[in-house]
Amino acid sequence: MEIKILGPGCKKCDQAAERVAAVVAETGADAQIEKVTDMMTIAGFGVMSTPAVVVDGEVKCVGKIPEREEIAAWLGGGH
Amino acid sequence: MEPIENIACGCEARTRSAREGGLPLWAGLILAPLAAGLWWLVYTHLKPAADYITFRLLPLAPGSHLGEAIAFFLYDTPKVIMLLVLVVFGVGVIRSYFSPERTRALLVGKSLLAGNVLAALLGVVTPFCSCSAVPLFIGFVTAGVPLGVTFSFLIAAPMVNEIALGLLYGLVGWKVAALYAATGLSIAVAAGWTIGRLRMEGHIEDWVSQMNAAGGEAVDEKMTWPERIRYGWAAVVEILGRVWKYILIGIALGALIHGFVPEAFMARIMGSGTWWSVPLAVVLGVPMYSNAAGIIPVVEALLGKGAALGSTLAFMMSVIALSLPEMVILRKVLKPRLIATFIVVVAVGILVVGYLFNAVWG
Repeated sequence: MEIKILGPGCKKCDQAAERVAAVVAETGADAQIEKVTDMMTIAGFGVMSTPAVVVDGEVKCVGKIPEREEIAAWLGGGH
Repeated sequence: MEPIENIACGCEARTRSAREGGLPLWAGLILAPLAAGLWWLVYTHLKPAADYITFRLLPLAPGSHLGEAIAFFLYDTPKVIMLLVLVVFGVGVIRSYFSPERTRALLVGKSLLAGNVLAALLGVVTPFCSCSAVPLFIGFVTAGVPLGVTFSFLIAAPMVNEIALGLLYGLVGWKVAALYAATGLSIAVAAGWTIGRLRMEGHIEDWVSQMNAAGGEAVDEKMTWPERIRYGWAAVVEILGRVWKYILIGIALGALIHGFVPEAFMARIMGSGTWWSVPLAVVLGVPMYSNAAGIIPVVEALLGKGAALGSTLAFMMSVIALSLPEMVILRKVLKPRLIATFIVVVAVGILVVGYLFNAVWG
């Protein structure tokens, strides 16, 4: 699966990316993480507040750092 | 070095913990008044405590430069922090009812003026972070929020915020805080209305209008009351964790001005008698990027040394509302003429406010 962390590179966005990476590593899920900092791409997802997380093209959360449980649920629920 | 657009970025993240079970309701009902009472007890004893430490425990005389500076610092620091905890918590709970998505839905297709007023008010209560100004702008405009109404939101959101209002209330008094809120909202409404009337929709960068970004209804969660309380508390931890150092630096600077700058010194530079003091305050404010937390303790000290209210308000608004990094961010979506119009319109609004208050308060 493909996870995108949307955010222009602020502290919260980095924290969100780190947390997602940590959960992916813990669960051993098969996922590529990509940080998206380009404003055009971010806006293209219809996201208005960052950080936001997109899993396989679907916006999962906006404007907050997701909880570990939430991330685990996305990882487990998809495939 | 950090890219310039990240400097303006103080993301207020929604950290909402799903883990904690939280307190049972009865415990909350007992603890809340207890906490409020304790808060009040400490708050009302800050001044005597600061004086006691400075003039009894330390060998400093009342009226001495250093003594006055230290008493000022010891009194203002806890006072400001306690007030901020209260205000940020309150606003945090209110903000849990709003999201950019909901605000956008309220503003779509609104007429000018009514839309501008609503947008400015929503700007105060909607969670907003200047680093997502661009996606927010695109989200608003492509969904059908009029350009002028969008600008009213974008001007009010950073300018009239809980940190500015809490600090002004605590340091300078409720009258100036209320004036700041009222004039800040008026500038947001007037500037947005003007931009709307100028019909500058053609001066948005072309790629924006080709974009279909209106599909962001994805996440809109309902919260329970304990969750809202936790949301408010998370805002306190997050915001104070971020701004405390600016507050300390600001208050230390303010304390030095308070103790060492002679009375009425500022009256000569920022007094109401000099016509050029308001434009100078605005021009000085633009390259200074500071948040409300750092600038307001300095503002308090300047007012105490005879600076005119209008010039001081103009300076503060210019520092907070017209910042270079934000212009750089917005340049990605606005063509130069629209950016220039935005700056001119907001600057004129600030000038009017400055002159008005200098004339009325003298």
